Amino acid sequence: MDPLLQLLRRNALAPREDIARQLGIGVDEVAARIATLEREGRILGYQAIVDPEQVANGEVTAVIEVKITPERDGGFDRLASRIARFDQVTGCYLMSGGYDLLVFVEGENLREVARFVAERLSTIEGVLSTATHFRLKTYKENGTLLQAEPTPARLQVSP
Amino acid sequence: MRDFIANHVRDIPRSGIRDFFEVVQSMSDVISLGIGEPDFATPWHIREAAIFSLEKGRTGYTSNLGLPRLRQAIASHLAARHDLTYDPKSEVLIAVGVSEAIDLALRAIINPGDEILYHEPCYVSYNPSITLAHGIPVAVSTREEEGFSLTAEALRASITPRSKALLLNFPTNPTGAVLEGAELEKISRLCIEHDLLVLTDEIYCEIRYDGRAHTSIASLPGMRERTVYLNGFSKAYAMTGFRIGYACAPVALTEAMMKVHQYAILCAPITAQEAAVEAIEHGAAPVEAMRREYELRRNYIVSAFADLGIPCNLPGGAFYVFPRVGVTGMTSRDFALGLLEQKKVAVVPGTAFGPCGEGYVRCSYATALPQIKKAMIRIGDFLEEQGVRPNSPLAAAMPA
Repeated sequence: MDPLLQLLRRNALAPREDIARQLGIGVDEVAARIATLEREGRILGYQAIVDPEQVANGEVTAVIEVKITPERDGGFDRLASRIARFDQVTGCYLMSGGYDLLVFVEGENLREVARFVAERLSTIEGVLSTATHFRLKTYKENGTLLQAEPTPARLQVSP
Repeated sequence: MRDFIANHVRDIPRSGIRDFFEVVQSMSDVISLGIGEPDFATPWHIREAAIFSLEKGRTGYTSNLGLPRLRQAIASHLAARHDLTYDPKSEVLIAVGVSEAIDLALRAIINPGDEILYHEPCYVSYNPSITLAHGIPVAVSTREEEGFSLTAEALRASITPRSKALLLNFPTNPTGAVLEGAELEKISRLCIEHDLLVLTDEIYCEIRYDGRAHTSIASLPGMRERTVYLNGFSKAYAMTGFRIGYACAPVALTEAMMKVHQYAILCAPITAQEAAVEAIEHGAAPVEAMRREYELRRNYIVSAFADLGIPCNLPGGAFYVFPRVGVTGMTSRDFALGLLEQKKVAVVPGTAFGPCGEGYVRCSYATALPQIKKAMIRIGDFLEEQGVRPNSPLAAAMPA
């Protein structure tokens, strides 16, 4: 992957000057490259990585395995985009294996997510079945460990 | 009661690093750029292999030369990656770090009075190790203008009829220098011309930058039969504490080193050897990830020194920079001590690596970028407060 993208994925708020120094290019070039990546849609946006364990009011996340009928002249795309458009859906992926779509859903509570699956998701024509799993505990989110491993102690000076 | 200490041991001076270490130890909250080992823990798959090996009860001696599986893996790795061919049965010896391997090689080859050439600034152990093996250390200075790389011309001037061997370390600790291309070839021909043995410490060979590959002197024409190739796992695989390295050399040399090794050590620790097998067979991806990380930090720190007006070469390998702080008018030691006492940033005076290190300090960038950034800001403040920042208005106002 592009080294600039790697650095931004790690920390999108890294000072542009630091990025410039690390890549051995000028600050202006960093800004120009970022602007290009945004314009081309390779960077879709910037979001804070929020600790899911510190939810205030019992919000839940569910992962749903959805089996759908592929359509002529469209494959899975039309149905997938229909599902993805719901606000509650935070992720939607076509997968290999025993099901077709993996759908991430966030809701205020368990009942709300269950209602969404039963009333909105399962009822879509072309959806054959759903299997809903509720997330219980998060260990790592977006590449960030929630419990960072302590850096091992080293001798402060060594040859 | 008489003094029981041997003369040649007593005469070895106290390590410059050791003194500095003791000062740093007495302070708290120091940002240290003086650490000569990776800031990454050994990749988990390697640690796990060590744990598994202990669970399986593998705790006995190995053969003197080391686990056959490890020797085979090393031989295959060197053939594939560095164009070097060694017979794992008789030309590979597993040692307790490259440190022990160097000691074995020196003790195996030195007759009292033999001169061993080496380039400075260099790793702290070379000179004392040569002395401990009853050899005569002959330092060849390298220069900032040549990127601290060794030149055939400088080497030639130091060769005498008593010269036995040349000890090389590229990429170099403390300068990050590399030796390649035409100069490497010239040096190899010089060694052949004067019938010198080459001991090449290539511990940093996997940490190279700017897309350049490392060439070992052992792979050049006419060199295999007169080279002891030394490498290990400490830096590339972040296995410093495991204490595991190796020497590869033609049978006769390996046999000779084995004689010393078998009586002094018997064998390298089995757990470390088992871990090393896992490292060399499956460790390429983490090594590359760490190398990329070092490269980003290298770019950062060199650029930061440039902004401060302190001349600093761009190193081609290892994880050190060797800036010329002498432009401030301070000595290496004064700079390092002053920086430590006033700003709590530790760097190592260049003189710890040889007299030609005067005017320089070694800064390790084997530490997280936020720490490097903080340290560089503090160094800038230090220079400003001393009134010695080369490109600051204060310095400009001072009488020359």
